[in-house]
Amino acid sequence: MMANTVEAEGQLTPDEQKRLTADMHRSLRRKKIRAVFLVAPLLIFIMVTFVSPIATMLFRSVDNPQVSEYMPNTTAALAAWDADSNELPDETTYAALVEDLVVGRENHTIGKAATRLNYEKSQMRSLLTGTARKAGRLDPPYKEQLIKINAGWGDIDNWRVIKRESAPYTLSYYIAAFDMETTPSGEIKMLPEQQRVYLKMLWRTVWMSLLITALTLILGYPVSYLLASLPMGIANTLMILVLLPFWTSLLVRTSSWIALLQGQGVINDVLVWFGLVGDDNRLSMIYNATGTVITMTHILLPFMILPLYSVMKTIPPSYMRAARSLGATPFTAFFKVYLPQSVPGISAGAILVFILAIGYYITPALVGGQTGQFIGNMIAYHMQSSLNWGLAAALGVVLLALVLGIYALYSRLFGSNNQMTLR
Amino acid sequence: MKKFSKLSSVLALGAAVCMGSAIAAEPLTVVSWGGAYTKSQRMAYSDPFTAKTGIEIVDEDKSGNGLAGLRAQVEAGNVTWDIVDILEGDAILACDEGIAQELDYEKDLNPGADGTPVMEDFVEGSLSGCYVPTIVYATLFSYNNNAFPGEKPSTIADVFDTKKFPGKRALEKKPDANLEWALAADGVPYDKVYEVLGTPEGVERAFAKLDTIKDQIIWWDAGAQPPQLLADGEVAIASAYNGRIFNAQVVENQPFTIIWDGQVYELDGYIIPKGAPHKKAAMDYLRFATDTQRLADQTKYISYGPARKSSAPLVSTHLETGVEMGPHMPTNPENFKTPIKKNAEFWADNGDELRQRFNAWLVQ
Repeated sequence: MMANTVEAEGQLTPDEQKRLTADMHRSLRRKKIRAVFLVAPLLIFIMVTFVSPIATMLFRSVDNPQVSEYMPNTTAALAAWDADSNELPDETTYAALVEDLVVGRENHTIGKAATRLNYEKSQMRSLLTGTARKAGRLDPPYKEQLIKINAGWGDIDNWRVIKRESAPYTLSYYIAAFDMETTPSGEIKMLPEQQRVYLKMLWRTVWMSLLITALTLILGYPVSYLLASLPMGIANTLMILVLLPFWTSLLVRTSSWIALLQGQGVINDVLVWFGLVGDDNRLSMIYNATGTVITMTHILLPFMILPLYSVMKTIPPSYMRAARSLGATPFTAFFKVYLPQSVPGISAGAILVFILAIGYYITPALVGGQTGQFIGNMIAYHMQSSLNWGLAAALGVVLLALVLGIYALYSRLFGSNNQMTLR
Repeated sequence: MKKFSKLSSVLALGAAVCMGSAIAAEPLTVVSWGGAYTKSQRMAYSDPFTAKTGIEIVDEDKSGNGLAGLRAQVEAGNVTWDIVDILEGDAILACDEGIAQELDYEKDLNPGADGTPVMEDFVEGSLSGCYVPTIVYATLFSYNNNAFPGEKPSTIADVFDTKKFPGKRALEKKPDANLEWALAADGVPYDKVYEVLGTPEGVERAFAKLDTIKDQIIWWDAGAQPPQLLADGEVAIASAYNGRIFNAQVVENQPFTIIWDGQVYELDGYIIPKGAPHKKAAMDYLRFATDTQRLADQTKYISYGPARKSSAPLVSTHLETGVEMGPHMPTNPENFKTPIKKNAEFWADNGDELRQRFNAWLVQ
């Protein structure tokens, strides 16, 4: 393009032209390199703190090394065994098992395989570790002896589980994350009703987050409107009231809500004192879903007010006055003129609050009781208590997919280029 | 020249500082549960150890997630903990998974002060390869006297009887102990609890019994919560660790009473992580902290029973209040009439499934 223009003017020889193009390319490249250097710290930071943990999480949710790594002989021997044959594996497999158990006990690695298998079927842990304790004293042939030590070795289902989980990658964490299980015959089906956890949790997390988002909007909109329409000096003073709780530690705010809301707390005491509720009939506003909703609405309110305020600040008050002077009622003027212009603020605030809410877990853990827990609490639980990191990773991926899906839906509805811009 | 001498003296000073720090031993990181419990360990084990050897002890209150942290550290190849205070069940898992140091008990520990060999001195069957228990503690029920002006609850069955003894209950948010208690309250003999819980019908029965009080339960997950809930009057009866209730009763003068019936007792003690950064010093600490005198000393600060038989005769009074400690110990014969021993192996085997079931039950 550039070259053409130069040629059209006809002032440069082809040689000069070439040199000029080369110079330009060089300077462009230098610019590019400089740009890369400038963003490099951020890029590295994002790679290290954001992309690589997510990649690790994705990998962990399917990674399944325990059985194949710590029971290599059994894994190899089972490869030849037909799991549908209704016959126990042959003596070679049992011999391989004994070899793995003896080595695994010496190196203290059998516990890892046992832990993995126990996720799939209870009692696999003691089957493996218990047998491993005695395996060193056995002489061939092993099959009969092992079944004598623990009848579990005569159960084909146990062998099916071992064979299934000896694959280096597994979908079983995702199956568990969707409240399903793999039957010994290899069928995938839903768990019985009373054992389903995660789908219910996920659904609850979504609807409670939506409720919290709606509440922050209902509470935040008038406040932002007030802040945006008051004179600067007063607005700034009032803004402090929004920001002060925002700057206060999450834990402090959560525990103050506990003091306020609990059965013997401030609010109940006041209600009892006024005779609005009986002393033995106090409201339960905490350690349940109500507690989570109230507390999180308060905590997330500034994330709604601030974007709303920043958008409302740019809506000229003269538009409303113009609408009124043209005969619109205050209602019509608000709905036809003001509200549409504040939509970017609403959508930015809503998506911000919703995405923050859906990943919360500390606040629900403290005030949520049994009915106010979020899926984040289950993820934290599997990270810290049950130590089933694969399942935690799978749940994390499901949550991530859900957030991305909702965000995709959102950007289709509100568009990324029309109104969404945070002015 | 003057400049040079100044420089050299600075260098010399620097070198001296470096050498000094190289000679003085590095501090040991001991991970425990925090609060009154870590304080008791500091007074009874750590401060005397520092006085004797000059090695500083750094406390970390991470035992709540001890096994998770340990596994993560070993897996990442960056172990920063030297000693971890851990429950028996978790210790067995850690040992099986090869993330805890194996011990040669006769060599690594001191025999009892009265000459009892190591293997006979500790609670029977507790020395399982990597683990040295220090205390016996119990999870038990306690109530606020103000909640029951008339008749007081005295058994597990009473705890589940919300008609006779109205009021909210606080329970720990995990199935351990709660399922045992549900069965015990439903009439299963205490020594048959695990047998019944091992069957599908037994599990149903336990959850059905828990269902009867489900809407009266406030769940806790940190040891400090139940005494708080009791003191606030938020609940009438709470399950709690016995040392926390003792602390509330004796140190804070709270009107709490312990129900010494069906308390689920288990052991707590030390492991050394595989790859601990200061293994030699950690081994010295382990030997020092778990000897007869030190375990007995700990009972001056908290009411957990020493895990060594030879320590029992040395138990005396609470240091702050002068209260006789014997009657507050979970191992005291008066309190030990109808306990339930937590079956660590049962929970290692069935825990995954029961916890899943429990979480599902909570969601419903």
